[in-house]
Amino acid sequence: MKFGILVNEGPFQHQASDSAYLFAKAALEKGHEIYRVFFYYDGVNNANKLSEPQADDRDLVKLWSALAEEYKVDLVVCVAAALRRGIKDDILAPGFRISGLGQLIESGIQADRQITFGD
Amino acid sequence: MEEEWDEGGPEVVKRFMYVNRKAPYGTVYALEMLEKVLIAAAFEQDVHVVFMDDGVYQLKKEQETKAINMKNFSPTFRALEGYDVEKLYVEKESLEARGLTVDDLVVPVEVLSSEELKGLMDKQEVILTA
Repeated sequence: MKFGILVNEGPFQHQASDSAYLFAKAALEKGHEIYRVFFYYDGVNNANKLSEPQADDRDLVKLWSALAEEYKVDLVVCVAAALRRGIKDDILAPGFRISGLGQLIESGIQADRQITFGD
Repeated sequence: MEEEWDEGGPEVVKRFMYVNRKAPYGTVYALEMLEKVLIAAAFEQDVHVVFMDDGVYQLKKEQETKAINMKNFSPTFRALEGYDVEKLYVEKESLEARGLTVDDLVVPVEVLSSEELKGLMDKQEVILTA
């Protein structure tokens, strides 16, 4: 199965990013494909490499980067949502790229299932 | 990967449904959802836009937002027609619970009962909610 994932919430305010990450990881480990993870709304904060969670907390930014490294997952941050939140190329964590909302629509078209994480 | 199709229209047309459930102000969900709808239209997909729960307030006429320092984006809904986004639906129960009728809304919509909406959702291929 080819999944597209949409993350609509920030990593520290809401569990949606954790759920999306754990879903993506489990799907990949089961041999499924993640066509793309698209970050929208406060979800763009998942890409901020300046984030410094406390040492005993999970670090979602690093976890996403590691997932992208291991499985070559396409992590795309919405440019319009990112710019208004100060997320720019020079603070992007490894594995993320900034692009347009069209990438989300394309994901919906290409994936067998497009799944939203967030309120 | 290109964001727009080269020429001759899209290779695949899917039924996309956007479900607006949040009030227009207070959180950014509604505004950024509208941006998403406009992009889908540019991809020439079969777009359906639903308003339910507090989302019906997004379509309320005569929004005055100056006092909260927000842009009134409700006029953009009237522009959707120009993007060939014409399938707008409002959930009957949500409208009634808020004392609204279609005359209170900035655009023509089709009013569907919760049950009818469920049927329409079943037919969609991609559903995006906020």
